[in-house]
Amino acid sequence: MAKQIEVADLDAYYGSHKAIEGISMTIEPRSVTAFIGPSGCGKSTFLRTLNRMHEVIPGARVEGKVRLEEQDLYGSDVDPVSVRRTIGMVFQRPNPFPTMSIFDNVAAGLKLNGRFSRSQLESIVEESLRGANLWNEVKDRLNKPGAGLSGGQQQRLCIARAIAVRPQVLLMDEPCSALDPISTLAIEDLISQLKQDYTIVIVTHNMQQAARVSDKTAFFNLAAQGQPGKLVEMDETSKIFTNPAEKATEDYITGRFG
Amino acid sequence: MTVETGIRPISGSRRAKDKIVQGLVYLAFALAVIPLVSVLWLVVKNGIGRFDLTFLTHSMRNIGARDAGGGAYHAIIGTLEQVLLASLIAVPVGLLTAVYLVEYSSGGRLARVISFFVDVMTGVPSVVSGLFILAFWVLVLGQGYSGFAGGLALSILMMPVVVRAAEEMLRLVPHELREASYALGVPKWRTIVKVVLPTAFTGIVTGVMLAVARVAGETAPLLLTVFITDSINTDPFSGPQMGLPLFVFDQAQRPNVTAVDRAWTGALTLILIVMLLNLVARLITWWRSPAKRGS
Repeated sequence: MAKQIEVADLDAYYGSHKAIEGISMTIEPRSVTAFIGPSGCGKSTFLRTLNRMHEVIPGARVEGKVRLEEQDLYGSDVDPVSVRRTIGMVFQRPNPFPTMSIFDNVAAGLKLNGRFSRSQLESIVEESLRGANLWNEVKDRLNKPGAGLSGGQQQRLCIARAIAVRPQVLLMDEPCSALDPISTLAIEDLISQLKQDYTIVIVTHNMQQAARVSDKTAFFNLAAQGQPGKLVEMDETSKIFTNPAEKATEDYITGRFG
Repeated sequence: MTVETGIRPISGSRRAKDKIVQGLVYLAFALAVIPLVSVLWLVVKNGIGRFDLTFLTHSMRNIGARDAGGGAYHAIIGTLEQVLLASLIAVPVGLLTAVYLVEYSSGGRLARVISFFVDVMTGVPSVVSGLFILAFWVLVLGQGYSGFAGGLALSILMMPVVVRAAEEMLRLVPHELREASYALGVPKWRTIVKVVLPTAFTGIVTGVMLAVARVAGETAPLLLTVFITDSINTDPFSGPQMGLPLFVFDQAQRPNVTAVDRAWTGALTLILIVMLLNLVARLITWWRSPAKRGS
């Protein structure tokens, strides 16, 4: 299920503005990779280039290569829709579909993409909600609107929705930044479980969180405001947080800057 | 000795100003409501007398100039058919235009041109749309007067209202929802059909109902395209029809009391039909809303 992602010399633009420059890295399967760095350094932009969500924004484009197990995601004959089906995403703010019930929210990706029998849907929805640690809380009200859940539950609903389509990679863009510590803990536990099956990439502003959940950490920075963001270094999380190779990383982690 | 905290009671002049402005706002509200209430009151008072089964089930055929009796059945049928035809043309076209403007155009030249002409269309006087259909459809193409010609004229008036309302509502749909759908590997067109439109559904229905209410009361374009008849014509595609606004117009200018009474009742019927349609739209949106399914 989980697959490796290899990025080679990737640039991303918003119109004429270059947001990130020259990023190369390898993201290992069945592991959690965390992206940290100051605001505006292009972490989220980079994350969105990994499943071709970047180009959804008008004027945005990407140069360089992203390979999922040797297949170039930016090849001219690649359908971005199929890329997004393979590489799922969870956003910063929980965004359940307001017109749909909890059940329909989780089943949305399946229902909107193909035909499934009711029993198939039911088993996948249950499995996904269990996978997102939400099943026990919502099993009695699957037909209620998804927007009626608390923020933390909504975010786990969005994770259930993302894993229901069985992606091979799961991208998370600051999934806990709008949540309280208890919900954050629930989602961190969930991430640790999910990495058995998925390749997970998480953007976070919370350094403790990166240290807690990730196997590898990548530190992004930008030289100055208006300059493109760059990858400063990427290494084992334990090494980044105890003995980083770059001075900038150490300064950021110890809170001397950023 | 008291410590100066900077917290003071509200001064008398501010209280007075508050009261004065409050009074002015109430006054303005009352002034705005007076015409509305007086029109409703007049229509109900004068129209209720003839609002009976005969009125709702009979046409004006064989009703002489001074006869009492008769009804607006032919006009009710005509109005419903004309407005339905106008909606069938204007709503899909308007909705698709709005979808193009919001979801596909990304502010290009074509979108600006469309927006400009929608604005121009909003300002077109209703009689002009009637004249256009009269000249083009009735005279040049030789199709003759019909309910459908009236529907065409009304659809021209409806279209810009539908486009604007739907555009506003589609723009209100948060971008995150579209992204969430894309991230699930849902193609753009399915995202629009299954996520964006359902989310904006309530607002779009309200906008369509406003457009319907606007055109249901139009008289001038119908006069030029539907013409006037005293008989029942259920076929909107051939021959003159009647409409409630036409009925009111026709009866009100006749010089006897029974006809004027029929005109008042026709106006009352028109108001009731528009209110009924609004109620139906409310029911549809209520039935579709997630809050209801959640209960």
